[in-house]
Amino acid sequence: MANDRPPFDAGFGVYVHWPFCASKCPYCDFNSHVRHQPVDEARFVRAFQRDIAHQAGLAPGRTVSSVFFGGGTPSLMQPATLAAILDAIAQHWSIAAEVEITLEANPTSVEAERFRGYRTAGINRVSLGVQALDDDDLRALGRMHDVDEALWAVRVAASIFKRYSFDLIYARPKQTPQSWRAELEEAIGYAAEHLSLYQLTIEPGTMFERLHKAGKLTVPDTDMLRDLFDVTQDVCEKHGLPAYEISNHARPGAECRHNLLYWRYGEYVGTGPGAHGRLWTGGQRLAFSSEKHPETWCERVETQGHGLIESELLKGAEEGDEFLLMGLRLREGIDPERYRLLTGRPIDPARTGRLLEQGFIEILRNRNIRASAQGVPVLDAVVADLAI
Amino acid sequence: MTAHNFDNIRNFSIVAHIDHGKSTLADRLIQFCGGLAEREMVEQVLDNMDIERERGITIKAQTVRLQYKAKNGNTYILNLMDTPGHVDFAYEVSRSLAACEGSLLVVDASQGVEAQTLANVYQALDAGHEIVPVLNKVDLPAAEPDRIKEQIEEVIGLDASDAVPISAKTGLNIEAVLEAIVEKLPSPKGDEKAPLKAMLVDSWYDAYLGVVVLVRVIDGVLKKGTPITMMGTGAQYHVDRIGVFSPKMTDLPQLGPGEVGFITAQIKQVSDTRVGDTITETKRECAEALPGFKPAQPVVFCGLFPVDAAQFEDLRAAMGKLRLNDASFSYEMETSAALGFGFRCGFLGLLHLEIIQERLSREFNLDLIATAPSVIYKLKLTDGSEIDLHNPADMPDVMKIEEIAEPWIRATIMTPDEYLGGILKLCQDRRGEQVDLNYVGKRAMVTYDLPLNEVVFDFYDRLKSISKGYASFDYHITEYRPGDLVKMSLLVNAEPVDALSMLVHRTRAEMRGRAMCEKLKDLIPQHLFQIPVQAAIGGKIIARETIRALRKDVTAKCYGGDISRKRKLLDKQKEGKKRMRQFGKVEIPQEAFIAALKMDS
Repeated sequence: MANDRPPFDAGFGVYVHWPFCASKCPYCDFNSHVRHQPVDEARFVRAFQRDIAHQAGLAPGRTVSSVFFGGGTPSLMQPATLAAILDAIAQHWSIAAEVEITLEANPTSVEAERFRGYRTAGINRVSLGVQALDDDDLRALGRMHDVDEALWAVRVAASIFKRYSFDLIYARPKQTPQSWRAELEEAIGYAAEHLSLYQLTIEPGTMFERLHKAGKLTVPDTDMLRDLFDVTQDVCEKHGLPAYEISNHARPGAECRHNLLYWRYGEYVGTGPGAHGRLWTGGQRLAFSSEKHPETWCERVETQGHGLIESELLKGAEEGDEFLLMGLRLREGIDPERYRLLTGRPIDPARTGRLLEQGFIEILRNRNIRASAQGVPVLDAVVADLAI
Repeated sequence: MTAHNFDNIRNFSIVAHIDHGKSTLADRLIQFCGGLAEREMVEQVLDNMDIERERGITIKAQTVRLQYKAKNGNTYILNLMDTPGHVDFAYEVSRSLAACEGSLLVVDASQGVEAQTLANVYQALDAGHEIVPVLNKVDLPAAEPDRIKEQIEEVIGLDASDAVPISAKTGLNIEAVLEAIVEKLPSPKGDEKAPLKAMLVDSWYDAYLGVVVLVRVIDGVLKKGTPITMMGTGAQYHVDRIGVFSPKMTDLPQLGPGEVGFITAQIKQVSDTRVGDTITETKRECAEALPGFKPAQPVVFCGLFPVDAAQFEDLRAAMGKLRLNDASFSYEMETSAALGFGFRCGFLGLLHLEIIQERLSREFNLDLIATAPSVIYKLKLTDGSEIDLHNPADMPDVMKIEEIAEPWIRATIMTPDEYLGGILKLCQDRRGEQVDLNYVGKRAMVTYDLPLNEVVFDFYDRLKSISKGYASFDYHITEYRPGDLVKMSLLVNAEPVDALSMLVHRTRAEMRGRAMCEKLKDLIPQHLFQIPVQAAIGGKIIARETIRALRKDVTAKCYGGDISRKRKLLDKQKEGKKRMRQFGKVEIPQEAFIAALKMDS
């Protein structure tokens, strides 16, 4: 069937969501849950197996180029649990020879001790949630590690995994461009090839939102956010870690392939509580979402054979919007021909013309369109201008 | 009972300020006379429109026939004429009053006489009415009936010693009001044998009946089937239904002199019926028409445009429907470079403008952009010709203009004296000329001559906020005066926004220009580039603000594979953009057009 693959191939990946955390961080609005009893991992393994089997039926015959264990805190899983989930994936799809399998991990000593087991299970890349190189700020962010422990975990990871990355959160209260520059330069000293640098945002429903509303948490204003963002670009460029995406920096070739797959609008399975997927099935692209509550997700899988609660058929225009939203975050930009393949029409030349003239986008030699250095910090407004 | 038994008929209206209880009193009178069963009573029976009920104003005249058995043993027919109470409808008020012989003057026993009461009571006196003062809300602790009686005597010059103290809310003393109507108000006079002469008091469109006409018979008898002629328009009809409101529509075979009721006559549009016109028999016309008839004259204009250009035809249809019922509202198509297709509309006044706008959005579900309200300017051109200008966009080249004259009003404002200072300043700021200042107890009554174009911009809102709602205001147009008026344009990113251009007095231009630029600075969202907002007279910039370019607007973290969440945000952004208008490269939210015209300082 000619129609059994999406209009262009940008890879196929699997996202596995492990929804449990030891404690809830005050800024986090991800689907994470704290349990005071031990989690029944065996039950979850069975549920993952069934859910994966179901979704393999929706998108059969693919080759998995990346797997990503996110959360929550997937490094709370026993290595055997993780191995069983990977086995389930390998049972239903073929696995690319150079597959990238990433695990998000907290940089605590407890978790670092399991790193070797994770490597044996198949993990070949870790992403550590270091978040800050300042003990006071780590406490304010609700993290359970301090700087020394985190750096120790980074060293352990470096000794076990060829590829590792860590996250920092910046634009924290009271942070200045000077202090952030110093912290970032220090971090780059520990980072081998990849850094994720996220500005702190106040998300609805979080503790930080309540504090912010009550006036007890002051975050930098827009001008400061821009200055901090500029410092980030500057420092990382100088150290050979340019942004390949808005918040992600890597030495060329060390980009996270799984995240690239999202941004390039590839196909991905999302399995686990609250996980999202985009699959080409029956000649159409569908957006899937899963039951968010962990135990309820298990029950759904046990009773109906999968944890999906929603499958939305995406219209061409919606695919086009998603393609722009994701693709323009990349330094490599987007191929306008792919937009045309999705929507059946080209990107409005009047709009691109205007943004080009204003200097917010640029056209590369391969004809890709990307946000310019001036356009990146205001990308949401640029996308809104292009998408309509 | 025979129709020509004049002695048993009383026609009266109620004069009152908004909130002083006119409609509630009407409800009580209807209830007392058994016009409606308890379960049929809704509040403000006579105010049919939602807007009338909510805002406590009467827009269309209504009438109700009551049967009252008086203490003297006789049964009377009482025709209550509920009239619009606002100056915008002054002409309609004058016609309604002309259809009665007497009025109840309802005054709130704690608030006292207001500017509007004054204007209306003078109209009633002009119409030759006997007036029965009624003090309402005497049950409230703040009521001061004696002081208010004094005030009525002092301000209006009316004997208030027999004023009836009531509470319309609780129903206290309602019978005394009815007795006073019977005892103090005169019965109508007329000649039953003379040719038919009836006044067209008001009319409205009813989806089932067509146009319903409210009439007061002066002479002769109006019968079913009679061929009639409207003397003002010459139009001829056959009466096919005749009756009274009690307050339900009740058919009767005829209406005699002194009686008030309705007719239907296969009339298609309200615009075929003119308030104040004389209705006579086609075969036996009366010798002369009733005096005082004049066609409705719009005073304030503004452009109304659909936010969504696709709603233009809906807007046209909605205006047509409103016009069916309101001949005083006029509209013609207009195109604006910025706003696309819309209509230039004429209104009797500001309240009328607001009501129409509100009805369009409420009853027809239309999202509208209204341009700056304008008055009619009279322009003398250098070639000797004269033109009426009611759209600044149509202003000829300044070199061709000899003189611009603008309408002035005489405004009467009544206020507790602690707010007087602020009100005087407001009037001075609006180029007002003080004519008179009096005190009535602790209430000041100030009379000002003001240019109407200063009043169409939120004067009433300002007055209310200065006086915390206690001041009352009334006006009538007096004359046209030449003035040093200039056209001020607003430029956004160097592009003129025609919908925001206006004629202003030269001395006021800079202040208003600055205020509008400041407003727009806050109302227009940040764009990817810097946007200058300027006010200009001709080529000269008189005020400027700058909207800074966006510096940081990018989502830090994408939530794994949850693109839907981002897409929904994008959809919201798109939705917001749809509610904006594109001016060159700049998008201006529709609220900006309305808000920019309101001034805070």
